[in-house]
Amino acid sequence: MKIHEYQAKMILTEFGVPVPRGRVATTAAAAGAIAQELGGTVVVKAQIHAGGRGKGGGVKLARSPQEAEQIASQILGMMLKTHQTGPEGQRVKQVLVEEGMDIRQELYLGIVIDRKVGLPVIMASSAGGMEIEEVARTRPEAIVKAHVDPATGVTGFHTRKLTFGLGLKGDLLKGGADFVTRLWRAFVAKDCSLAEVNPLVITGDGRLLALDAKMNFDDNALGRHPEIQALHDLDEESPLEVEASKFNLNYIKLDGTVGCMVNGAGLAMATMDIIKLAGGEPANFLDVGGGASAEQIENAFRILISDKNVRAVFINIFGGILRCDRLAEGVIKAVKALGVTLPIVIRMEGTNVELGQRMLRESGLNFITAQGMKDGAEKAVRAARSA
Amino acid sequence: MSILVDKSTRLVVQGVTGKEGTFHAQACRDYGTQVVAGVTPGKGGIVHEGIPVFDTVAEAVAKEGANTSLIFVPPAFAADAILEAADAGIRVIVCITEGIPTLDMVKAARALQGKDTRLIGPNCPGIISPGKAKVGIMPGHIHTPGRIGVVSRSGTLTYEAVGQLTARGIGQSTCVGIGGDPIIGTTFVDALRLFQADRQTDAILMIGEIGGTAEEDAAAFVKAHVTKPVVGFICGQTAPPGRRMGHAGAIISGGTGTAAEKMAAMRKAGITVVKSPAEMGEAVARLVKPAPARRRVAPVKARTTAKPKARTAKPKSKAKKAKRR
Repeated sequence: MKIHEYQAKMILTEFGVPVPRGRVATTAAAAGAIAQELGGTVVVKAQIHAGGRGKGGGVKLARSPQEAEQIASQILGMMLKTHQTGPEGQRVKQVLVEEGMDIRQELYLGIVIDRKVGLPVIMASSAGGMEIEEVARTRPEAIVKAHVDPATGVTGFHTRKLTFGLGLKGDLLKGGADFVTRLWRAFVAKDCSLAEVNPLVITGDGRLLALDAKMNFDDNALGRHPEIQALHDLDEESPLEVEASKFNLNYIKLDGTVGCMVNGAGLAMATMDIIKLAGGEPANFLDVGGGASAEQIENAFRILISDKNVRAVFINIFGGILRCDRLAEGVIKAVKALGVTLPIVIRMEGTNVELGQRMLRESGLNFITAQGMKDGAEKAVRAARSA
Repeated sequence: MSILVDKSTRLVVQGVTGKEGTFHAQACRDYGTQVVAGVTPGKGGIVHEGIPVFDTVAEAVAKEGANTSLIFVPPAFAADAILEAADAGIRVIVCITEGIPTLDMVKAARALQGKDTRLIGPNCPGIISPGKAKVGIMPGHIHTPGRIGVVSRSGTLTYEAVGQLTARGIGQSTCVGIGGDPIIGTTFVDALRLFQADRQTDAILMIGEIGGTAEEDAAAFVKAHVTKPVVGFICGQTAPPGRRMGHAGAIISGGTGTAAEKMAAMRKAGITVVKSPAEMGEAVARLVKPAPARRRVAPVKARTTAKPKARTAKPKSKAKKAKRR
């Protein structure tokens, strides 16, 4: 789960990580008032989940409260396009108004799970303000890493490796160690999948501050973090995906015309792949789960028919315990209840396959049965083309 | 011999009295696995569907000689269940549970290091050695005994592959579902090492997906240590970046973990990589049942993509069999 910069900074503040003074505003007038309160030059920052806001024109300096209000009125409501949003961009509903900082140096500090090692890793780099993947690609020697076992937590030698590695000196060594330790605590306490401060700035007067903050959370752990769930911004998600999650359906909208409904994430991904190999474009990823119950099937159809791009549906179900006559029953019921007129290609494996296929053929509805994934994908792509 | 589960498996089902535990404990038993005990804290002393239930895994080990565990415990408690099984001396732990918080798994996996315990999963369908034992939720009837080792991050996609193999009369020695999470107990490399050492496995099918670098690590291992033929498939070739595709571990992040990278690394290591999921069975069939000899018209050196080690299945040695008896 993702959150906005201002929310991440609020969490960091809870853990004593220093951030610039600032507050979030939803109106231009409020932005002006915050600028007034802060005094001096402020930065008005669009609050959307995607990165690249600055390049997209969503981050601007304001030298007076009037200018802050004017800039905020331009940014609020804009469809901000960045290299991380879709081509339509994302509508800005909030801006963060922060004190302007006198920046002496920009660094990078981030914590992620290193899957290969099986431990969280703290990464620091003197190449701040850039995409860390770019640095990893072009100057990997500029990144210093410390893997930390949650059983020991962050300790002195970790922070020394990082702060000496960053080239910090004098008081900044202690300040840096403290900053790292506090960021680690936040990462662990909130079950983050990513906690990134980029840039971590050293100000003109020698302070360390998180100029930007990005925190992503482990979806599997949200059950024990109602306070993080409360930060969820539904406007950042596709409406169909929001709808699907209400039904506990694993659904991701894509751009194609062949809708698919599959049991199991790996098989669902493979189904998208084989649709493409058959010359079509998948409209979505959709995992109805191991049970593939009649209710889930109906909910899945609901979502698929709400996607106006979908011209045909490919149902690929490989059940073991699942009875295909039961599955056919569920599909027929759903199609009748929702009045689905799209061509539906069904490939089923499990027990009672022939019975299930016969039921579909005799239902009088627009079903096409398939033998195997390849046959199913080809039939679905053809059906979508001629629909 | 197969790997990890066989006729010597004595299975304890953690969470046996729950809906999933009840159903699958019976299914494993019906398949022929020795299901010797179940654990549900607080329900020790009852007999559930013919299975003696204990309060702790340690009791199941002491009283019924359990050596393998199958975990159906909700995500909030599953990491603890894994630790309990390891502490009780269970040698093979299979955790089906999906949704365990990543940091919980980091701690659990760490705690298992150095112990004589193998964890499979979590978020996996389990392991089956066809004809011998099933420790998982896979449908037994689509499998058939044979000599192909299958290792996969997926559940139903594995069944698809197994279905294709069985339909061609190609049986499986052991199928290992390593699971879809980012932090797991047994990696592709671990499974490949076991299959390479297993005298009952002649060739290996590995099914990967986007996210992480496990397949790249596997490719390096294959190149250095695996002499048996390997076929591979990676799903998620059409997955958009940055999105979690169902499995917690199936996410292309920071530009890495793409299917294309994995397929390239695997091909470089001499693995036969198929693009289509419909071709997995066929690719294995080609490797273990070489095409009948044909009159060659073109010279042999016209084959530009020949791998340095030409691999064919070793014919079963009658002499070896006599020795084993």
